[in-house]
Amino acid sequence: MTDDDRVFKALADPTRRFLLDRLFARDGRTLTELESELEMTRFGVMKHLRVLEDANLVVTRREGREKLHFLNPVPIRLLHDRWIDKYTERRVSALADLKNELEETA
Amino acid sequence: MTTMTAQTTQVYQVFVKASPEAIWEAITKPEFTRRYFYGTALATTLEPGTAFDFHYADGSGLAVEGSVVESDPPRRLVHTWHALYTPELAAEPHSRVTWEIEPQEEGYSLLTVAHDRLESSPKTAEGVSGTGWMYVLSALKTLLETGRPLAD
Repeated sequence: MTDDDRVFKALADPTRRFLLDRLFARDGRTLTELESELEMTRFGVMKHLRVLEDANLVVTRREGREKLHFLNPVPIRLLHDRWIDKYTERRVSALADLKNELEETA
Repeated sequence: MTTMTAQTTQVYQVFVKASPEAIWEAITKPEFTRRYFYGTALATTLEPGTAFDFHYADGSGLAVEGSVVESDPPRRLVHTWHALYTPELAAEPHSRVTWEIEPQEEGYSLLTVAHDRLESSPKTAEGVSGTGWMYVLSALKTLLETGRPLAD
């Protein structure tokens, strides 16, 4: 699997998107905190966090005795640059070209 | 989404196809920082306690000032961060930036930037989130992997 595959796979699940949104709202959370927001076993939450970590979307750091989970937005940015910018830019420029052409022939 | 408060600890991470030594150079040498760090030139000797300052390319002064806290090439660098590019940022205290570089398989390294101690610096926290560090890291990755700076 490439890095992009891992990110797309991680984002393809609603629970994992929910976890990212929770971290977006407030970063640096423990497993216990994240678990309290989901109707799911601790093991289930750990499994989802593991997929997010494999995709590098979640980074864990130890602070004192706690393991905190942080949202890492960089892979989403890279995915955006690679897969979204490219297509939207082309569409916009195609429309701009069409506009120019229509105006020139008008 | 727009109502969120920027985080007091922010962590950014990226895989770069480059050696830890090459990444260390890119972080610490002005000829590299000019090409990915918003055009600014870093000035530092990396001696703990001395300056870690980002100068505007046109020599008009400092964009960010700081001091070196810890330097362990090519694995770990800690410095303080005091942005000066707007008066409201300049009014806030120094925060802290930690760079960590870990070698990975197949010629990759994992680069992590943690920006913390932002509790008393809400404007700084807001300024470096969003595209802030993300732009720096993606531009640094592109520069090291392709030899070219990111297109604007």
